[in-house]
Amino acid sequence: MPDSRALRLVRILLPVAVLALGIAAWELVVRLNDIPPYVLPGPSAVFRTLIADWPVLSQSLLTTLVTTLEGFAAAALGGIGLALLFNQSKWLEYSLFPYAVILQVTPVIAVAPLLLIYLPQQTAVIVCAWIVGFFPVLSNTTLGLNSVDRNLAGLFRLYGASRLQTLCYLKLPAALPFILGGLRIAGGLSLIGAVVAEIAAGSAGAGSGLAYRIAESGYRLNIPRMFAALLLLSAAGIVIYGLLALTSHLVLRRWHESALGKEN
Amino acid sequence: MSEPAALSETESGTEADSAGLAVSLRGVTKVYDSGVSALGPFDLDVRKGEFVSLLGPSGCGKSTALRLIAGLNAPTSGTVRVSRPAVEVSGGHSIGFVFQEPTLMPWTNVRENVRLPLKLAHVPAAPANARIDAALAQMGLSEFADAYPRELSGGMKMRVSLARALVTDPDILLMDEPFAALDEITRFRLNNDLLALWRNLRKTVIFVTHSVFESVYLSQRVVVMTSRPGRLGAEIRIDVPEPRGEEFRTSADYAGYCRRVSNALVPSYAGQPGA
Repeated sequence: MPDSRALRLVRILLPVAVLALGIAAWELVVRLNDIPPYVLPGPSAVFRTLIADWPVLSQSLLTTLVTTLEGFAAAALGGIGLALLFNQSKWLEYSLFPYAVILQVTPVIAVAPLLLIYLPQQTAVIVCAWIVGFFPVLSNTTLGLNSVDRNLAGLFRLYGASRLQTLCYLKLPAALPFILGGLRIAGGLSLIGAVVAEIAAGSAGAGSGLAYRIAESGYRLNIPRMFAALLLLSAAGIVIYGLLALTSHLVLRRWHESALGKEN
Repeated sequence: MSEPAALSETESGTEADSAGLAVSLRGVTKVYDSGVSALGPFDLDVRKGEFVSLLGPSGCGKSTALRLIAGLNAPTSGTVRVSRPAVEVSGGHSIGFVFQEPTLMPWTNVRENVRLPLKLAHVPAAPANARIDAALAQMGLSEFADAYPRELSGGMKMRVSLARALVTDPDILLMDEPFAALDEITRFRLNNDLLALWRNLRKTVIFVTHSVFESVYLSQRVVVMTSRPGRLGAEIRIDVPEPRGEEFRTSADYAGYCRRVSNALVPSYAGQPGA
């Protein structure tokens, strides 16, 4: 299929071309107008800063990534675990679900300063990442657990399956595509939660993550470093999403519609 | 959901046994929570080794009757008796159920789908594998053991569903319009395969269908049901010597039985709007 291959190439090349054009235009505007770097640094200046400040920035990147990962793990475990509990007991679901919604709709940027008062800083940051990330996992997993084929459920009942067997052999596999979809959303959200908490914590005078570097550089009018840190955050978000999408594809490719090619 | 009343009824199978009956329904009714009266009162006796079809229009309660026999639902009143084998074989199950859809687990392959009833009964791997191989061979699926359901045609999926029902070596096979969604050629082939299976294994088969032709071709007895609520309309014995094959399908005898069954079906939908 030369046509589809050409199309795929175009779909990769076009955004790359747009990026190159954008960077060139940016550089050009900065040079032609002689804009000083503390107003708007050109891409070359940002890149130079990225290299020069790499020891500081890489440390911060690592800190932010670890926080994100911990928040994501907490969101995944908490979301899936809570959904499983809700699935086993309607009472528990009715009692707790409204609070899960409240936790979700309250802006985390407003909650973060409070958490920083009552919790040690590292814990508070992880809790923020968790708050933002767990709800999509919870609601997607719940949806998945409730989407089990009725006849298959009947079959399990006919053969006298225990609750645990029904959960492991029927409900969890059936919910897997939904869970993976929730995790994909939670990955990006955990990064946002970590950044929000770091900024809140940073303005309180401590921390060393990327978001803190951005805030700090802002106070010092070190604009190139702000851009460099932003670039790293973006790249981190893309990598997290890519990894989760890849995982989802690898797990589902043998059987789920979403992971199958169109010609199948 | 465990509906204990029905379970206690179905477990006391000695009475049904003594009369050589596999299944016995007495005055069974089913009213759903929505208030819809789906069945009854309905009586049905099925002898061991008999092939009986329940025939009727949509909504006549034939699928409901089947689900009551399987114990998937409890009757509102009346008794459902199902004979149990005197000696329980490990991993055996006295009832096999085939749904209208293949109802396979899409996330795993044919072999693991067929393994399900044995896995739920904690049958060890070695004997389980032997029985799975036998069930797959029986349905002509040996080459497809590693295929995923989505890679199979509708007819093949239904074969997997049948293999799964047979892997526990049930005494009673309950089939709920299993071939209704298949094309006619595939359905003819599966009809023949099912008849061959029944001749060889002598299982009791209760087969729900809305096809007059299918019911006459397959069964020893056709039970015609009337609609809303479902009741016994007529019973027609198909006295044709085995084995049945394509000659029977094209014979005058077959056409005659089909006409009789069709006529018996008329009152069940007469006076029904939009039927």
